[in-house]
Amino acid sequence: MTSTAAHTVGRSGTHGREDTTSWVRERGVYIALALVILYNVIFTAHFNQWDTVQLLFAQMPPVLIVSMGMALVIGTGGIDLSVGATMAIASAVLAKFVAPASSHGFGSPIALAIAVALLAGLAVGVFNGAVVAVGRVQPIVATLSLLVAGRGVALVITGGALVELFNPFLKVVRQGQVFGVADVMIVAAAIAVVVSVVVRRTTLGYRLVAIGGNRRAAVLAGVPVRSTLITVYAISGVFAAVAGLIATARLRASDPSYIGLLMELSAITAVVVGGTPLKGGQVRVLGTVAGAVLMQLLQTTLLAHNIPNSVSEMVEALIIVAAVYIQRPSQSAA
Amino acid sequence: MRHTLSTRSVTSLVSRNGAFGVLVVVMVIGFLTVPSFGTADNLRNTALAASFLAIISAGMTFVIISGGIDLSVGSLYALAVILSADMSSHGSWAAIGVPIAACTFAGLVQGLIIARLRLPPFIVTLAGLTGIRGLVFYITKEGNSHPSVPGKPFFETVSRGSVLTIQNPVWIALAVFAAGWYVLNRTAFGQAVQAVGGNDTSAALMGLPVRRVKVIVYAISGVAVGISGVLSTGLSGGGQEARVGNAYELSAIAAVVIGGTLLSGGVGSIVGTFFGITLLYVIQNLIVQGFNLNSYVQQVVSGVFLLVVVILQAVFSRRSETE
Amino acid sequence: MANGVTTTPTLSVRRATKRFGGSLALSDVDLDLWPGEAHALVGENGAGKSTLIKLITGVYQPDSGEVLHHGVVVHFPTPRDAQLHGIQTIYQEVHLAPQLSIARNVFLGREPTRFGTLDLKRMNREAAELLGRYGIAADVRRPLGGLSLGVQQMIAVVRAVSTDASVVIMDEPTSSLEPREVDKLLEVVGLLKEQRVAVVYVSHKLEEVFRACDKITVLRDGRLAWTGAVADTTRRQLISRMLGRDPGELGSGQITHLGRAPVERGEVPVLAAQHLARRFVLDDISLILYPGEVVGLAGLLGSGRSETAKAIVGALALDSGTVEFCGKRFPRSTPASRLRSGVAMLPEDRKVEGIIPELSIRDNIGLAALPMLSRRGFVSRRKQAEIVDTFIMRLHIKATGPEQKVAELSGGNQQKVLLARMLCLSPKVLLLDEPTRGIDVGAKAEVQALIADLAAKGLGVVLISSELEEIVEGSDTVLVLRDGTALGTLFGDEINESAIMTMIAGAAEHDTAELIA
Repeated sequence: MTSTAAHTVGRSGTHGREDTTSWVRERGVYIALALVILYNVIFTAHFNQWDTVQLLFAQMPPVLIVSMGMALVIGTGGIDLSVGATMAIASAVLAKFVAPASSHGFGSPIALAIAVALLAGLAVGVFNGAVVAVGRVQPIVATLSLLVAGRGVALVITGGALVELFNPFLKVVRQGQVFGVADVMIVAAAIAVVVSVVVRRTTLGYRLVAIGGNRRAAVLAGVPVRSTLITVYAISGVFAAVAGLIATARLRASDPSYIGLLMELSAITAVVVGGTPLKGGQVRVLGTVAGAVLMQLLQTTLLAHNIPNSVSEMVEALIIVAAVYIQRPSQSAA
Repeated sequence: MRHTLSTRSVTSLVSRNGAFGVLVVVMVIGFLTVPSFGTADNLRNTALAASFLAIISAGMTFVIISGGIDLSVGSLYALAVILSADMSSHGSWAAIGVPIAACTFAGLVQGLIIARLRLPPFIVTLAGLTGIRGLVFYITKEGNSHPSVPGKPFFETVSRGSVLTIQNPVWIALAVFAAGWYVLNRTAFGQAVQAVGGNDTSAALMGLPVRRVKVIVYAISGVAVGISGVLSTGLSGGGQEARVGNAYELSAIAAVVIGGTLLSGGVGSIVGTFFGITLLYVIQNLIVQGFNLNSYVQQVVSGVFLLVVVILQAVFSRRSETE
Repeated sequence: MANGVTTTPTLSVRRATKRFGGSLALSDVDLDLWPGEAHALVGENGAGKSTLIKLITGVYQPDSGEVLHHGVVVHFPTPRDAQLHGIQTIYQEVHLAPQLSIARNVFLGREPTRFGTLDLKRMNREAAELLGRYGIAADVRRPLGGLSLGVQQMIAVVRAVSTDASVVIMDEPTSSLEPREVDKLLEVVGLLKEQRVAVVYVSHKLEEVFRACDKITVLRDGRLAWTGAVADTTRRQLISRMLGRDPGELGSGQITHLGRAPVERGEVPVLAAQHLARRFVLDDISLILYPGEVVGLAGLLGSGRSETAKAIVGALALDSGTVEFCGKRFPRSTPASRLRSGVAMLPEDRKVEGIIPELSIRDNIGLAALPMLSRRGFVSRRKQAEIVDTFIMRLHIKATGPEQKVAELSGGNQQKVLLARMLCLSPKVLLLDEPTRGIDVGAKAEVQALIADLAAKGLGVVLISSELEEIVEGSDTVLVLRDGTALGTLFGDEINESAIMTMIAGAAEHDTAELIA
């Protein structure tokens, strides 16, 4: 029935280069990841031990979870710079509710506190989405404002102080394991799977990708752009809240000036390095996971070889510029 | 999109006057309700505290008007502060010259990457934020060293001296604003910055050197940050942490936007930024000093201001946009 | 030639050719611009006018051919180079800086300075002088954006002229101007001619061309269709050259409306658009459509056909007018709600408004029908595959498979994908804006047959096309538009190319310069 009558629409002559570029963009992260793992297997002591791996990935769940939400937002052609602040807000809300009255808290049961914290994240996300979709404010501008205001809100809630939390449930979150794999890691993996399903099998996924691919066409095709955008930003907010709770559990305290700091950069890096284009239209869930793992692994590899944290920060900066450079659209002449 | 950009000018004008109006109101309230607010000492100290971020904001104004954004100023500030302390052992001129040169260079590099490689400014400067912070930590051995300034008379006089009882940094900040106003409104380059920020396609079609303009504004931002950091070290005598300047970029952006510059570029004013930064610091001062509230309230307030201004700007400019 | 003093044209283009990817935008085009002459450049969308202008102004470089300035070959790698040679352009969307003052705009890029400072006094003074010379009353210190578009256009002209330009190109300068402003602009063209400037007037408004220009060049499909003096041609001849027929060929019986089954015009039309109006764009357009009927919208570029379709489908806001579907008003004016009610549109520019290039054929086709294909938020792959495969087969979409990215398909197949997307919803009304533009002959015929087939099955179709032949052969009724106004309607046997062209051209054979309505 179908013959191969299709021909590539593109500038003749750059055909080959475009292919290579998009191939690198799509697969590069896996190759880089494989290389880094290989390097570690060979050169890093104790790398093959389970304990080491566990330690390596102790920091991963929050970044992974936030990156999932960020990937969805970027898929629509937008960006969410407020995720770190949202983490702080969720953390602060949790602390406020859980802490006993002697520490100016409400002394509520942990379940209630968690629920309210998640709701707070949802609220932030919905607000972001509304400002972007209804207010028609550029995503960068809208979420930047929330970044500034949000952390301040978190600080106000806890009165600026670090609030220590001693809650058995939080301890479970922090230390619980199933078959040797940390509970929170399983949660993060589950979220990745869910997001993958959303992108590939649900109407929401189809719509958000269409909006990022060609917003005008999506409107004419009857896609409900506003509600889709609000939903996507809301998801990002909730995920950020979850990540904030996990980080709080690990820290055994809520420190609003520290939790989630610069998380937006880590998330954006993971997404971009993982091959999801910043302009939207495509979401690579597995790539984002690989990107997050790669960045984390790079940092711990450098650390294991006694290279200071500061250097790995500089390396990270170079990598994100390189990743964005590879991604940039080819110069069109028409 | 007829008249959209002129409506944006109106929006900017309203916003700028709004900032001025709010500033006046807040100051009046301050004078009336908080006795310690109106004292010469308090005003002088507030002005001094504000001068560092003010200089940074002046540079940021150029970047934003040109249509870009510079998220690296906080880290650049730390670089300038640390380098200045480090270099002070080589003399005052080194302490002043090297940091400013380094920051200008960093700004140039970011500008080149943005303009020539055509990468989005916020990603490039976000990478700059991380990378330069890393550099600063590296220089200070992971934040463990706090270089201090071995008493250098000239260098310290610059920052610690005062003229007519107003400290030098404040005068320098005012001079920077004056220079900024002049460049923006009375030079060909300044016009070009506004034209490029409004519509870089139109600017190119008008024959303006768009790429060059985009690169230079980041260099300007770098110079401003460098000056600010140098002054800071001169004043403090060194001993500052590598973490200094954290989140400064956000406050700078807030000051610029609240002062009536549109984040989307093309329209803005240095004078507005002056009102914006003053407003932020006056509010901070009142909150902490006067009402004895949590100082973090200030962050909330500036964030909320920013949000309100940004939404209003979007609403206004959409009014005249037709489908 | 015309002026006797100069022997070489100010600017010439020789055998210019330009490709973009696979398509030839310009092929072997010549152009001569003489000082003191206004030279019109006309042609339909995609004819190559804008590409030619961009070659002259340094935005593009020709793949082959050359540009000559006073007889000497030149290269313009950037717009600035062209400007340095005295070539200035006034664009349809005034490309100035509306937030700056008039005076600043006039001198932007060439500012007079004193010791590095802008000499504002001199700028204001000279700008005021210039404005006075052209009869423009405005305070040069006010921001440009506060003025009407017409005056902004004038300022653009003033700016161009103040640079001692030798060539001034005006690209669709009057599209958003009031009649009075148009008169003013044409006066200015006259003034420019007096100053020995070579003016290029790119426009689809033939009345203006005949009023103000001396020479005309007609482009069609990237080639030079005709060039000559205004005095030597008529409006009708021009239109036929633009649309692809030699003037001699046109008789009244050449291409006629083939017999089609008569349309049953029952009580209630499936679509009734009444008195649609939008400032500068549509002026009292009404359109009635019955099931199984094909209404063709004929007219030149800028006549308002696409805007009419967009207004009907809810993608263009109206100042006044109503749209009824099966006798009932629409609940909301969004494309989404109208799609749900059964009104679908194939947009004019499939790249910009139609396809989602990075997505697969399957995802593109299924996009509008998602609610139908999913339960509780989950898309049923099976249902989706069924529908998609059905349409791929029915429309003969040629691809390596349903998973292929739409960006990789040929134009014709992309169009079919979009058609399939709309047909998934079983619409009752289908609006097609240039459905066969830019696709090969075979696919063209297929699509046309498809349209006829759909109408035969009871769909109401609104067909917009720049190809008269397509309109004449495919329509039961033809509504002729010009400049946003409805000129008239032709039914059944009344439809033929000659009749349509006569309506568009206005008066009969002879050329009377009409005032703009």
